[in-house]
Amino acid sequence: MTSIRIDGRDCPTRAGINLLQACLEAGASLPYFCWHPELGSVGACRQCAIKQFSGPDDTKGRIVMACMTPVSENTIISIDDPEARDFRASIIEWMMVNHPHDCPVCEEGGECHLRDMTVMTGHNTRRYRFTKRTHRNQDLGPFVKHEMNRCIACYRCVRFYRDYAGGDDLAVFASHDNVYFGRAEDGTLQNAFSGNLAEICPTGVFTDKPFSAIYTRKWDLRGAPSVCVHCAVGCNTIANAREETLRRVLNRYNADVNRYLLCDRGRFGHGFVNAPTRIRTPLRGIGGQQVPISMADALTTFARMAAQGRIVGIASTRAALETCFSLHALVGPQNFCTGQTRHEQECTELAHALLARHPGALPTLHEMESADAVLVLGEDVCATAPRLGLSLRQSVRQASFHTADDAKVPRWMDAAVRTLGAQCPSGLYVLTPAPTDLDGVAAQTRRAAPDDIARLGFAIAHEIDPAAPPVIDLMPDDMQLAARIAHTLVAARKPLVVSGMQYGAPALIQAASSIAAALARATPEAGLSLVLPECNSMGLAMMGGLSLETVMEQARAGEISTLVIVENDLTRHLSQADVAELVAAVPDIVVIDHTATPLCQQAGLVLPVAAFSECSGTLVSQEGRAQRFFQVVFPPAPIQAGWRWIQALARSLDPPAPHMTGLTGWQDLDDVLAALAPVFPHLAPATQAAPGADYRMNGQKLRSQTYRASGRTVIRSYISVRDQPPPSSPDTPFSSSMEGAYGPDMPAALVSGYQASPWNSVQALNRFQHEIGGPLRGGDCGIRLLSRAGHPDAKAAYATDIPRPHAVQADTVLVLPDTRLFGSDELSTLSPPVMARATAPTLGLPASMVTSGRMVLHLDDGPHVLPVEPVPGLPVGIALCPAHMVARAFRFPQMARLETVPDEEERS
Amino acid sequence: MLGTLRTLFLTALHAFHRRATVQYPEQKPYLPPRYRGRIILSRDPDGAERCVACNLCAVACPVDCISLQKTEADGRWYPEYFRINFSRCIFCGFCEEACPTYAIQLTPDFEMGEYTRPNLVYEKEDLLISGTGKYPDYSFYHVAGIPVPGKARGASERERPPVDLHSLLP
Repeated sequence: MTSIRIDGRDCPTRAGINLLQACLEAGASLPYFCWHPELGSVGACRQCAIKQFSGPDDTKGRIVMACMTPVSENTIISIDDPEARDFRASIIEWMMVNHPHDCPVCEEGGECHLRDMTVMTGHNTRRYRFTKRTHRNQDLGPFVKHEMNRCIACYRCVRFYRDYAGGDDLAVFASHDNVYFGRAEDGTLQNAFSGNLAEICPTGVFTDKPFSAIYTRKWDLRGAPSVCVHCAVGCNTIANAREETLRRVLNRYNADVNRYLLCDRGRFGHGFVNAPTRIRTPLRGIGGQQVPISMADALTTFARMAAQGRIVGIASTRAALETCFSLHALVGPQNFCTGQTRHEQECTELAHALLARHPGALPTLHEMESADAVLVLGEDVCATAPRLGLSLRQSVRQASFHTADDAKVPRWMDAAVRTLGAQCPSGLYVLTPAPTDLDGVAAQTRRAAPDDIARLGFAIAHEIDPAAPPVIDLMPDDMQLAARIAHTLVAARKPLVVSGMQYGAPALIQAASSIAAALARATPEAGLSLVLPECNSMGLAMMGGLSLETVMEQARAGEISTLVIVENDLTRHLSQADVAELVAAVPDIVVIDHTATPLCQQAGLVLPVAAFSECSGTLVSQEGRAQRFFQVVFPPAPIQAGWRWIQALARSLDPPAPHMTGLTGWQDLDDVLAALAPVFPHLAPATQAAPGADYRMNGQKLRSQTYRASGRTVIRSYISVRDQPPPSSPDTPFSSSMEGAYGPDMPAALVSGYQASPWNSVQALNRFQHEIGGPLRGGDCGIRLLSRAGHPDAKAAYATDIPRPHAVQADTVLVLPDTRLFGSDELSTLSPPVMARATAPTLGLPASMVTSGRMVLHLDDGPHVLPVEPVPGLPVGIALCPAHMVARAFRFPQMARLETVPDEEERS
Repeated sequence: MLGTLRTLFLTALHAFHRRATVQYPEQKPYLPPRYRGRIILSRDPDGAERCVACNLCAVACPVDCISLQKTEADGRWYPEYFRINFSRCIFCGFCEEACPTYAIQLTPDFEMGEYTRPNLVYEKEDLLISGTGKYPDYSFYHVAGIPVPGKARGASERERPPVDLHSLLP
């Protein structure tokens, strides 16, 4: 154990970190700007100056930058030294010389790191009497607002955007004190992580633009821990609300998953909860019209429907575990459908099975960052799981870290390590049909059809372990590539294979699993990660149930009298004809959803359910991590959590069916989870994803507002001047007001925001960690339901069904989904800023196949005329069609005919 | 007997003293300009609203009786609504002290009795006056480095015109 002496106080610390980290970990308040736990040190801002003494006899000491000085045994430093203090005060005074006088109209106000640091140094009077330098701002698109005058030139933004996230359209321009951080010209920031600039920037240069439109100071926001619902990665978020509307989503630190960063889809995709597409009252379909009815009428209507015969429930991969389970309890296991097509369900269940029996590691996102060889097999992770893509981008730096270790350069010395790493080879191989954002950092990429990639994958597995089945008739250069990748993976200390079901090819998942299993024989750390499509896909894969095709067959046979569809847009899974047939064959359809879907028009009964911000529940991420999200908004009466609606439906039945035992008696979320555990033992640990509603800290509930929330006695006085008790939820340990306990030691799953005086910005996070970058003081967040298979030697059976090579056909093309970061996902697309970023659908074709500007694609549901975009490197015979944007229920892979639009038609 | 006469004399003497009672409401008392009475929102010398919806008054308010919501037009921030519940207000003047733009001011008017409490909830229309109040010359946007209609970037007090990024001069 290393120990350092800070201002006469002996502090235990860790070797290998810098003095700034050591001071922060020791609880000292040392101002800093350019250092960031995820970005390392560059020593650009000179703010963290301290006095270092060479020994106990040294009384003079010397000023050093804490962030650039490594910790060594018995280091003696002083933060309070008058000389160091003066140094810091003059540095901040210097930074504030050009700072505009605009804090009242700055979105950073109330959570400004610059303000915190200025107060910390004690600078409060302006001496500079000359003119200030000014800059023009740029329009950076719908996500980020730019106000360059507030800049202090710490370089965090470009270091994050360019070096960390791999963007190339934000840079630093000009010279000396004129430096300018922006784009070469006005335009939308293209990187998928641009929203993080708002949190990374210590001042108000980059701020959250959608939040600015509905702006509220940090101290007025109610916060609750939440989980992102826009992909299966399960990033932790903080949902902030005021006046019962969701205002913004912030990153919530989870040491294993998203850590300090969130993708733009997660940050800005929450707008669907306030969108006009929300359903707010129960609706009854009378003669093709949807008529608002009362809750009591809705329940009687359902009771009448249920009396007619068999009820079948369709759950959803975007609904919480509790909602799906209550539906399971209402309709019974034989009538419970997962809401996926057979193909989707087979893929997710296969992914679950393969992960469950994988003998190697099942890495978290953070563990992926330290993988030294990565193979991405047929999945555009940057579009389907963007945060995972960012972790893989960091994994490329492993070689530079090893070089730095050899050169005795500490890993946090960012500029030096990046310079060393410029020559280091990348260990990332990207084998996908279409180009991905990771191509730029990959050692090698290969474009091929999914079946060919799967074959290549099986060949790699065979190269690693000859016991794996060989692939016959492989092209010679594919054999070479397989051998090269196999060699890299075998040589790696921590290899990782990533695949997923983006292209709907089980062979890809099988191949990825085979490679990882083959690797795991020699390297127990060999990791496997499989990307799933929706936020609770893994949860439903663990529950199981009927597929939509089975429900269709039963409906056709007239066996279904009532269909209860929960938070599922069937038109995204079933073709128009199938949906029409289903509607015709089932007498009564009940839709329980928060957002109006096309099927609501045909439903006999529509019930408004709470969105993720309005109820609490549990989601299981693709790595099998059960995580709880908590209610932050208290919606008006008829809107309630999915399981409460289903419980109300069950209570309206007379007599209740036998499999519903318990359903009608549940009081709160903990009762639902307690009932779930015996029915689905795999999911039983989900009860421990977060402390229950009875959790108390110091005998109190946890507060979800800051202690300085304003307007308590006036905010609803335009409705009634009489004070109302604050709303409360039986499902959470949170009080909805400022009353309650709060502190850095509260359980990690219950952190509703970061503030620890004098740290008011998100940088207060360092007060919530024992070690910077380590787990939160309150422990781990969420619980893994999947663990490494117990016996690594178990002879995992290699899959033997190797697909045949993809054959190019003269008259048809293989249509694959072009999954887009903005536009393909169901819910985020309803959010106005994301809508603004989504581009019009185009048909991606290899350059050789582009014969005209527009072409007709004949899908199942008819012809679609689409503008054509040549995609470099796309193999011949493949067309990329934006998922769900052209045909709503786009099934893939499928073969389709392609036709050129005659020129005359194009002109007309 | 003597005591009674003395008392009568002293009482009668008061008839010739200066009167302390003010004949309110016929006669209005003098209240100094810094008296803390009814709260108003003022305008800057150009006639635009001074309030920039920074929320500092709301957070300074010890009884939490101020609430507002920010909105924006052409770079200027405004309150979309600004509500004060005077049935809660204790006229402490913290809001005025916190206000960085001299928008919220307490005035020497205290005549705001109502028969029902809801009438004591003042909205922005009720609070906004058409003058500058106690600070005739101050305009926040002339000082702050934010461009607004009528004031270009770099044209605030003590500001240089925007930097030409293409210049290579030192």
